[in-house]
Amino acid sequence: MKTFRLHLSGLKRSTRSEPKGLNLVPLWVVLAGFLLAACGNDMRDQPRYDPLAPAPGWPNDQSARVPVEGTVARDESLQPVPDTLPEPLTRELLERGGQRYEIFCSPCHGDSGRGDGMVVQRGFPAPPSLHGAHLREIPLRHFYDVIENGFGRMYAYGARVPARDRWAIAAYIRALQLSQYAKLDDLAPRQRKQLQRESREDTP
Amino acid sequence: MPQIFHPRVNGLTRILLAGGALAIVAFACVAWFLNRSPYSTGQGAVPEQPVPFSHQHHVGGLGIDCRYCHTGVDRSRFAGLPDTHTCMSCHSQLWTEAQMLAPVRESLKEDRPLRWMRVHRLPDFVYFDHRAHVTRGIGCESCHGRVDRMPLMSQAAPMTMQWCLDCHRNPQKALRAPDRITAMGAPAASDPNALLRRYRIHTDRMTECVTCHR
Ligand code: HEC
Ligand code: HEC
Ligand code: HEC
Ligand code: HEC
Ligand code: HEC
Ligand code: HEC
Repeated sequence: MKTFRLHLSGLKRSTRSEPKGLNLVPLWVVLAGFLLAACGNDMRDQPRYDPLAPAPGWPNDQSARVPVEGTVARDESLQPVPDTLPEPLTRELLERGGQRYEIFCSPCHGDSGRGDGMVVQRGFPAPPSLHGAHLREIPLRHFYDVIENGFGRMYAYGARVPARDRWAIAAYIRALQLSQYAKLDDLAPRQRKQLQRESREDTP
Repeated sequence: MPQIFHPRVNGLTRILLAGGALAIVAFACVAWFLNRSPYSTGQGAVPEQPVPFSHQHHVGGLGIDCRYCHTGVDRSRFAGLPDTHTCMSCHSQLWTEAQMLAPVRESLKEDRPLRWMRVHRLPDFVYFDHRAHVTRGIGCESCHGRVDRMPLMSQAAPMTMQWCLDCHRNPQKALRAPDRITAMGAPAASDPNALLRRYRIHTDRMTECVTCHR
């Protein structure tokens, strides 16, 4: 108790001039510093599970549990999956689809969809070209289903590609197919002229 | 009253005092450097993994995008690590006999996850968010270095508060176009200030304590 009073009197400026004993403030500051320094690791490792952290005592020592069969996520749609694109086709959707296609599909199907991706070049069985007659005719929904559930030797991508991205990829594949079979008449007049000019320059 | 101390003691006291002061300074210096050294920040350490997974082969050699495996990186705080199923989407057909991949096949058969060891680990009192960075023009390379040249994953940056703040005070230098986030060795953007406006980054709030400690 005595030391505590000394501490306080040391802090009060008005009592400075009064005669008093030792000024212990510096000592307290140093001691407090040591006390705080000792608290280190409790805050570094707080009693909580970080994502994918192990949880001894649970099945497989996993903190990430598999949801019960039939669980519906809060933002999941309860409607049956539509047969065609559920939203208007926009440039933004196609760009998203292109980006996702390059991440998830092009390692095998190749950037152009001809089934010559980098992994195929290293020995993975080649997938069919996406420009085959059969796949050009097929409804968009087929691509959605193949992404969600896989197909033959192709594993399912449903866990990594959410529903909206599946539609975006499907739309992009359709655009990719059209791009490979575009006729001269499909081009805008200016592009058509440019193409004709360029091909004339190419053939001397 | 008789003298207690001999006059010569004065010199000794001075030496002791000076020596003490020097010791304190030396101790502070050692502590300062030790705190920033790779030894305490974990920089460069290579923990042993259940499978010697090579980013150099998969990213540099095959050109697989980071998001094929680290799927959460642009939609959550946590980048996520690939599950066994993801490895098997290729290795069900490739290198199916390799001894190196035996743990992966066992993991699929027994439905038991692989236990990857953490390479990066911020203290729990720091809040970090991948999505906030990756969707606002910061590439993986700025923080994780040349991943495509790492046969085994190691921590490239010190990941200290000083390091975070160095960028938060002046993020322009690191900004990239949205289609270059996962690219490695991409050249610096030509007009960083245009990118700063495009991503609507508010540099005034980025150094407040509550941004990272909440
Ligand atoms: C790891 C390689 C690989 C990846 C990645 C991959 N596929 Fe495939 N895909 C295949 C193989 C192999 C086949 C042929 C499967 C078979 O016939 O056994 C195939 C077949 C297909 C088919 C043809 C189905 C049919 O009716 O003939 C479609 C469509 C398809 N994939 C779409 C996709 C899309 C979309 C993605 C990206 C989300 C994707 N694939 C990613 C390997 C892959
Ligand atoms: C084929 C799958 C795959 C791809 C593609 C991939 N990674 Fe990884 N990554 C892994 C696996 C598996 C681990 C865990 C093993 C390890 O740490 O080496 C990992 C670990 C990491 C870690 C360390 C995580 C920790 O424990 O702190 C970082 C950082 C990382 N990857 C960054 C990247 C970046 C950046 C890219 C893209 C340039 C990338 N990865 C592409 C599979 C992949
Ligand atoms: C997109 C396809 C793909 C995925 C996904 C993939 N790998 Fe590979 N992996 C390959 C190919 C192709 C090779 C052969 C590399 C070569 O020939 O250079 C390979 C080689 C390997 C090797 C052999 C040694 C080496 O590095 O060359 C190991 C080990 C390996 N992979 C582990 C993994 C693990 C673990 C995962 C899951 C996190 C994984 N791979 C996911 C395609 C893949
Ligand atoms: C602003 C810096 C920064 C950027 C940009 C960044 N990371 Fe990270 N990354 C970190 C930090 C810090 C950690 C450690 C997080 C922790 O311990 O909580 C980390 C951890 C990881 C991990 C381990 C799992 C996790 O989330 O903790 C992986 C995998 C990873 N990063 C991959 C990536 C990929 C892929 C990209 C690019 C698309 C990327 N990172 C971009 C700073 C960054
Ligand atoms: C290479 C640059 C860079 C580095 C390194 C970096 N950051 Fe950032 N950080 C940014 C940018 C840019 C933003 C976006 C600010 C904005 O949106 O206004 C950001 C935003 C954040 C946010 C705000 C997220 C939100 O929800 O608003 C947090 C938290 C954060 N960073 C934490 C960290 C931590 C912790 C580290 C160190 C481990 C770190 N950052 C390292 C560039 C960086
Ligand atoms: C950009 C993100 C960021 C901001 C802003 C930030 N910090 Fe930190 N802080 C960190 C990180 C990351 C660490 C962990 C460093 C380490 O592991 O060495 C940390 C650690 C600390 C520590 C613990 C030091 C230790 O060694 O245990 C204190 C205290 C701290 N910060 C205080 C502050 C204060 C006060 C502010 C506001 C002026 C602040 N921080 C702002 C990222 C940040």
